[in-house]
Amino acid sequence: MNFPVLSAITFTPLLLALIVLIIPKSKENWIRWATTILSLIPLALAIYIYIVVQADPGKMHFMEEYSWIPAIDVYYRMGVDGLSAIMLVLTTLLSTLCYYYAIYTIKNRVKEFYFLFLILQVGMSGVFVSLDFIFFYVFWEIGLVPMYLLIGVWGGERRIYASIKFFLYTLAGSMAMLLAIIAVYLETGTFNILEAAAAQPFAGNFVLSAVAFWAFFIAFAIKVPIFPFHTWLPDAHTEAPTTGSVILAGVLLKLGAYGLIRIVLPMFPKPFAYFSYNVPIIPILAVISIVYGALVCMAQWDLKRLIAYSSVSHMGYVTLGISAAAASLALPGGGGPEAVTSAIIGLNGASLQLFTHGIITGGLFFLVGMIYDRTHTRQIKDYGGLGSKLPYYYGIVMVTGFASLGLPGLAGFWSEFFVFRGAFAIMPVYAAIGVLGIVFTAAYILWKIVQFIFLGDFDQEKWDRVTHNAELTDMKTFEKVTMWPLVILMVLIGLYPSLVVRLLNGVSTALFGNF
Amino acid sequence: MQIIIFFLPQLVLLLSMVLVFGIDLVGSNEKKWLPYLALAGSVISLAISLYLFGWVEVTEQTVLGGMIAIDSFALFFQIFAALVAGIIILLSMEYMDERSSSKGEYYSFILLASFSISLLSVSADLIMIFIAFELLSISSYILTGFLRNDGKGSEAAIKYFLYGSIASAMMLYGMSLLYGTTASTNLGQIAQNLSGIDSSLRWVVYPALVLLMVGFGYKTVAVPFHQWSPDAYEGAPTPVTAFLAVGSIGGGFAILIRVMLTGLPDFQVDWVALISALSILSMTLGNLVAISQKNIKRMLAYSGIAQAGYILIGLVSWGGWQAGNVFDGLSGILIYLLVYLVANLGAFAVVIAVENKIGSNQISDYAGLIKRSPLLAGTMVVFLLSLIGIPGTGGFVGKLMVFGAAMNMEYYFLAVIAIINSVIAGFYYLNVIRYMFFQPLDEPAREKIKLTRSLSAVIILTCAFTLLMGIFAQPFIQFVQASLGIVAN
Repeated sequence: MNFPVLSAITFTPLLLALIVLIIPKSKENWIRWATTILSLIPLALAIYIYIVVQADPGKMHFMEEYSWIPAIDVYYRMGVDGLSAIMLVLTTLLSTLCYYYAIYTIKNRVKEFYFLFLILQVGMSGVFVSLDFIFFYVFWEIGLVPMYLLIGVWGGERRIYASIKFFLYTLAGSMAMLLAIIAVYLETGTFNILEAAAAQPFAGNFVLSAVAFWAFFIAFAIKVPIFPFHTWLPDAHTEAPTTGSVILAGVLLKLGAYGLIRIVLPMFPKPFAYFSYNVPIIPILAVISIVYGALVCMAQWDLKRLIAYSSVSHMGYVTLGISAAAASLALPGGGGPEAVTSAIIGLNGASLQLFTHGIITGGLFFLVGMIYDRTHTRQIKDYGGLGSKLPYYYGIVMVTGFASLGLPGLAGFWSEFFVFRGAFAIMPVYAAIGVLGIVFTAAYILWKIVQFIFLGDFDQEKWDRVTHNAELTDMKTFEKVTMWPLVILMVLIGLYPSLVVRLLNGVSTALFGNF
Repeated sequence: MQIIIFFLPQLVLLLSMVLVFGIDLVGSNEKKWLPYLALAGSVISLAISLYLFGWVEVTEQTVLGGMIAIDSFALFFQIFAALVAGIIILLSMEYMDERSSSKGEYYSFILLASFSISLLSVSADLIMIFIAFELLSISSYILTGFLRNDGKGSEAAIKYFLYGSIASAMMLYGMSLLYGTTASTNLGQIAQNLSGIDSSLRWVVYPALVLLMVGFGYKTVAVPFHQWSPDAYEGAPTPVTAFLAVGSIGGGFAILIRVMLTGLPDFQVDWVALISALSILSMTLGNLVAISQKNIKRMLAYSGIAQAGYILIGLVSWGGWQAGNVFDGLSGILIYLLVYLVANLGAFAVVIAVENKIGSNQISDYAGLIKRSPLLAGTMVVFLLSLIGIPGTGGFVGKLMVFGAAMNMEYYFLAVIAIINSVIAGFYYLNVIRYMFFQPLDEPAREKIKLTRSLSAVIILTCAFTLLMGIFAQPFIQFVQASLGIVAN
């Protein structure tokens, strides 16, 4: 038998969590460093998977299948293709960075913090590798509890409200998904995600398939989040501790979009196409998310809330890309090979956006956390003229911000470009409205973040008043170490997107080969 | 095989009850070891019933003139009753030491009540059912008012008694109608006589069905027959509350299932309609009212009402006797009862530990529990998550099986209401977690909570089983799937 790489990458954090539990509370530094260093193991495994999957990204690799609860047909099934591999790299990388960053920033209840965070990592990695519905669902929900506690214990002022809102919204979505999973099982007789997709449940009955489609779609839409299910997000992101926000924006939101690509699109192509093209509810919601999210950012003066809303806007691109791909299936006459190509490009853009948004917004939340730790204010108007005082920080923020607004040469450009290249060919109207989002993004990043925080004259008197005489220090070493891997990736993918796109393209092509 | 060995688990419970009671009368010195005698009785009973379940071939049959059924379903509830008795005795040790001197009586009543649960589960005749039902009720009334100097407890017992006697009377009336229609008190015979019944006589069976449901609804705390439960739960000594919330409900479900499936199979359409209405009411009302509760025992009472509603879904979704059904309503009920047993008794163990220390049951007094006792707070999270139905805990498996059965029988409406309720339930269970983890603690209350051995044993065991049933569910599902044999005459 081969070494179970996927089990190892999923359950190493669980093992670490148990180790953390054993280490006595007084040895806080042991807990911090042991977790950070040992979390390099899953990261290394993810990179190994990434390299192996290169050979044939459209197929499942490292398959594992054991009987788990045979009485109800539940299996322990795992496998990775290009998309999962990329998401695993993102998950393990951001987790390790968070453990490292938390060494210096989390001062109280250290043991609990690391324990919960490790459990969270188990849930996230598990979702990306599981190929059995119940197994998938277990991981999907496992992440919920630690995130709830992370927001509630280490969060900001309104943390209690935000944590419960986050929990209940997600629980509502996942309960609907549970019923849909059972329905799919009763229809197809299997919990195997790939087999169930191949069996095309309810293909003969459009009404039933539409109901099952919406049950899954809403569960994932809440997590993405797509307007109007987004209202939990600004609260949760704003109140969570920095590392919590990074993981929320970086990975947890991706779970929803991953579900759309992995489960909903292959299993319910007809209803997905119908509600993307004939009755275009989904692209409309996507476009509203993009434009509305960006407009709220323009009006937002709380820096962390601004970044949170920018996530709503940026995840709208993902929805737009996926729905464009789905809509191509409903084009009159099949749309021809050109439509298939556009669909694949759109889907590639959406998947790439998952990764680039993960590293860019993850980075932005780290950066917000850094300035907040110094000033204890998140009000944009309290800053000003910091460019001359914090040149290093200014530089890193510029790169990350420009990546976020889609400057060519940086990572964000390619995902947005692909999404709109795909969408314009298939649904030009929505693509055209969606492009407005890019304009607004440029506006709020340049105007709100760059101008208000860094440009202008530095006013020492105001600074002392709003920050209560905080010391003005530039980035510390640990902050640089946290940010550099992300910045390097942004530049690297900006210059050579094939690093990631090759894998994603394999997955999208294989998917459309089945339709 | 001698029939008598199937009575051994019950006889052991009964015998140890008599022993505890009798020894308590002899001499005037305090006997600290009496609880352990009671505990030994329930453990032996548990061991014997597990042995019977696993290693003895059960021939499904009724004995003693059709009064008593011997089948694997009954054996399941023998195990259930012995398990409940053992855990409740462990929960009571410290609690009762501090509050009452009449130990012998208390433990013998716990044993008697558990015995009557197991007697109820084997009854296959209306007369036997009524006797066992009353035995369970009366011992529960006494236990509820056991601390006679406690005003709240006495009030709770009186309310419980008044409500219970009316419910029993109505149930008895229903039984008499059933007897009048079929000329038999034997469940199997009733089913036979009802199968070719004249349509005009059906109109006598309908009221009989409703009246029977009053009695069973009262035992399973189904809305609208639940009114006694919040007051009784709040006023009773907390270990007794735990008994009422788990044991008594289990007994109610045992007899409800047996009567409906073996006595009234021809009226399935009618009782399905009735029970699904009760189920919807129980889930919705239980959950909505639980939100506003400030006392944790009351909250658990209302949440128990809601949980009973979920369990009723399993009965509604019973798909007949055919085998090979992955999502079967009956196995859903039994697995749900098991996970509910461990999670709820675990939660009550934590409640008792906190009450022993700080003398309060207010949810707000759970503030900062994580600092005072990480073990209590951590395990309480597991129990509450299991009650919500989060994967990784047994509660998820229970919900999966029950909801799956509902979907399987195409009761989509019930399934949808159940999931909406599960989300509402999340709110008040999380509220407790919020207090334990997020609320800062007042300075004077920073003392650590120390646990006695008996309580920590219960807490650790129930927590381990809650997780085991969630992660390695297979043996437990197999266990309940082997418990589905109900003798139908």
